Amino acid sequence: MELSQKTIHQINDLLDKKEVTVTEVTQAVVNRINAVEKATDAYLSLQTEAALEAAQALDNELSGRAKKTPLEGIPYGLKDNMCTKGILTTCASKMLYNFNPPYNAEVYDRLSEEGGILLGKTNMDEFAMGSSTENSAYKKTRNPWDLNKVPGGSSGGSAVAVAADTAFYTLGSDTGGSIRQPASFCGVVGMKPTYGLVSRYGLVAFASSLDQIGPFTKDVEDCALVLNAIVGHDAKDSTSLNLKKIDYTQPLKQGVKGLKIGVAKEFFGEGLQPEVRKSLEDAIAIYKTLGASIVDVSFQHLDYALSAYYMISSAEASSNLARYDGIRYGFRAEEYNDLVDLYKKTRSQGFGDEVKRRIMLGTYALSSGYYDAYYKKAMQVRTIIKADFDQVFGGCDVLLTPTAPTTAFGIGEKTSNPLEMYLTDIYTVPVNIAGIPGVSIPCGLDNNGMPIGMQLLGPILSEETLLKTAWAFEHESGLTNLKAPLGTEV
Amino acid sequence: MEYEIVIGMEIHIELGTKTKIFCSCPTEFGQDENTHTCPVCLGMPGVLPVLNEKVVEYATRAGLALNCEIAHFSKMDRKNYFYPDLPKAYQTSQFDLPICTGGVVGIEVDGVKKDIGITRIHIEEDAGKLLHESADGTLLDVNRCGVPLIEIVTEPDLRSAEEARAFAEKVRNILEYTGVSDCKMEQGSMRFDVNLSIREKGSEVLETRTEMKNLNSFRALIRAVQYESKRQIIEIKKGHTIIQETRKWDDTKGSSSSLRSKEEAHDYRYFPEPDLVPIVLEPAYIEKIKSELPELPEAKKQRYIDEYKLPEYDAGVLTTTGITARFFEDAVALYNEPKQISNWMMVEIPPLLKENELSMENISITPAQLVELLKLVKNNEISGNTGKEVLKEMFSTGKNPGDIVKEKGLAQMSDTGELEAIIEKIVSDNPKSVEDIGAGNDKAYGFLTGQVMKATKGKANAQVANEIIRAVVAKHLA
Repeated sequence: MELSQKTIHQINDLLDKKEVTVTEVTQAVVNRINAVEKATDAYLSLQTEAALEAAQALDNELSGRAKKTPLEGIPYGLKDNMCTKGILTTCASKMLYNFNPPYNAEVYDRLSEEGGILLGKTNMDEFAMGSSTENSAYKKTRNPWDLNKVPGGSSGGSAVAVAADTAFYTLGSDTGGSIRQPASFCGVVGMKPTYGLVSRYGLVAFASSLDQIGPFTKDVEDCALVLNAIVGHDAKDSTSLNLKKIDYTQPLKQGVKGLKIGVAKEFFGEGLQPEVRKSLEDAIAIYKTLGASIVDVSFQHLDYALSAYYMISSAEASSNLARYDGIRYGFRAEEYNDLVDLYKKTRSQGFGDEVKRRIMLGTYALSSGYYDAYYKKAMQVRTIIKADFDQVFGGCDVLLTPTAPTTAFGIGEKTSNPLEMYLTDIYTVPVNIAGIPGVSIPCGLDNNGMPIGMQLLGPILSEETLLKTAWAFEHESGLTNLKAPLGTEV
Repeated sequence: MEYEIVIGMEIHIELGTKTKIFCSCPTEFGQDENTHTCPVCLGMPGVLPVLNEKVVEYATRAGLALNCEIAHFSKMDRKNYFYPDLPKAYQTSQFDLPICTGGVVGIEVDGVKKDIGITRIHIEEDAGKLLHESADGTLLDVNRCGVPLIEIVTEPDLRSAEEARAFAEKVRNILEYTGVSDCKMEQGSMRFDVNLSIREKGSEVLETRTEMKNLNSFRALIRAVQYESKRQIIEIKKGHTIIQETRKWDDTKGSSSSLRSKEEAHDYRYFPEPDLVPIVLEPAYIEKIKSELPELPEAKKQRYIDEYKLPEYDAGVLTTTGITARFFEDAVALYNEPKQISNWMMVEIPPLLKENELSMENISITPAQLVELLKLVKNNEISGNTGKEVLKEMFSTGKNPGDIVKEKGLAQMSDTGELEAIIEKIVSDNPKSVEDIGAGNDKAYGFLTGQVMKATKGKANAQVANEIIRAVVAKHLA
């Protein structure tokens, strides 16, 4: 196996034994980027030279001491909506085409502190709005399993970088499934932690009450390693939880004996691709053999989740994105007559269609006369959905669902129909509405060889349970560190 | 037909916290443009607000001082609108659950006492400032962005410009006392909006009102109320209806003009601020702040009357601001002559403050120095008139009164031996005066006193000198 294809923990073993250097590891992944990035277009900007320099500097240090943390010397990528001082942070929008933040996202600071080596910033749907990464103002990222298919979104670039071995891990953000759905489409592990577990400071906001940063990794153990680094209280984020530090690798191998895994028919409804259903049934069978008990659970109000999600997320987005007015930073229209004209032209030219659609939807939902019928109603639905999950988790420890109704679809297939695109998030958005954690892991391939994702959900702060449940399946099924049929030269 | 003016006010007060509401930038006024900023108050992408606890404390204190109920649960909301002085394009404020509700403030106009209801007080952030003067076009100063404000909203209980002013002054007085704001209007720390409508006297109906924005002085407040009430009465008399609108007061022109109509009013699209958690206050927290409230002006005034036996007028003047009251109390603590201190503070100090372009806040003498001066006068070491001269000198030099008296040789001559010698000589030199006194013309005493003062350059203690003159003249006549 090439170095670049290995997992974080495998690389760690090699580094610990001094069998490889950080420079060799970094060079391997840079070589991989040079080989396949032009085919996958996972990155919006690359820092490979700086990465190699950092690797060399770290090697010099490591000749005199042991590695301090598991992520030290491991090259990674960040979704381009996380602020990186001195490095463009565009959110894949024309609006921020030249935005160089004078501050870092908290997660970037933490990973730097751990000794991580940043390779670059990954492509995404503009301002994280989308499910295929086709809404990027700059490039279309391709699914390494089939270059004519989308990687999912909005964190498509982050998913692809891990799937194509052009990063050992990446961070994405998940507002309605933007980590889990692309993880599913690309055959990697993607986790959205409990809301408040990872600081949002420096994550360019889409929908503040739903946004959460999480990792993409090649296997479940790596997911736990990255969580260890990014979870923790941050005084700069008022919604950040202040909890005792947990080692998420600790429970991985505890097994699922006696664990109650819930299956709800509401997640296996209309529009579910038959192979996805079959694959999940196989997964359920595996869990049974591992000693878990499978229980039927059901939701009362899940049908309303998608509508409520689009109301709440768009309402918050309409406010969060209002600051892009062309006055202080970012894009400004070249010609304008007066202040209002400056606003109009800047925002008309700077934002893409999907972003504008959501801003209009959100503005409408908050408008006087419509607030009660839309935003307020959606917030009430949110409360009910949370209660639904509470009731379901009264009867099971973990809920097993498909991550998405289908495997990755073709590039351009859904771009003309936003509603159809929104439906790809139907199994992921309820999770953000409830603020609970969810992880997507590969559970098979469809007839075209495209990865299928299984979503495991648990109550607030059940990350340890989810990880051990995921690990048990991964270990038993052997569906780990899957390799897309992408050659070494594309 | 007789009309009645119905006024409700909104008062914006900048809180005197050291740092801004959501970041640690200083709030200091008058600094170079755009020097007190950071990514948070600039509303840059991805930054998050963290509520300054002091803002909650100050708002709670203000609410308690204005007799409000303090909410155990309140929350922040976003008020959305586009303007270049608002970097996030929303103002973080409070909408349906403000921190304080239902207060009351007593006012007195022309001897008539009245309670003014306070509907609510909420916390919000200030916006920046646009500088239109520049030749380069409009410039933006964001130093003020994120300076914490409270907005006090009254019931429509005010009926005249005088009542509005009395209320505004009372609020300023109380808030300045509690230390939550310096309430400096010239720095924009206190700004008024006025909602005003006119109705027939005796009617209970609230008629269509107009709102007047950003009145930045008591003078502007009074003039704007007078102008707007007159304008509305004229409109009604003409048979016109009042249009609900926001009007802008132009203090230079002394008139207001329409800013936007009801139809053009902003739809602020308020919704709960998802980046902040609700403000939950324990009863013990509220109780603690209540117990730490300083003595408020009304109570203080009464105590001055009761404890220091001051006339009501004196007590009122001395309690106008907390700083004046503190100066007075510090002085009384050193020297238990409240009325004498009061006289000097009310009569002698104000003109000197004016002359030196000072205020009680940055007064150049200390209570201890004033007391030292008053003791010199009381003990006849200097005359009252000399005392006034010394006070003037103290203001301009900051020196202690004792030193000034010594340096300038202003001490009264009370040494009887020295005075006797001088008087003996003067009486001997003026036999005519002695004769006149002998003949029953007491006016001659005045002449002799004048001669003594001349000889001593005014330093003779007049009382002591007179006694000696009488004794010496009597001896000569005998």
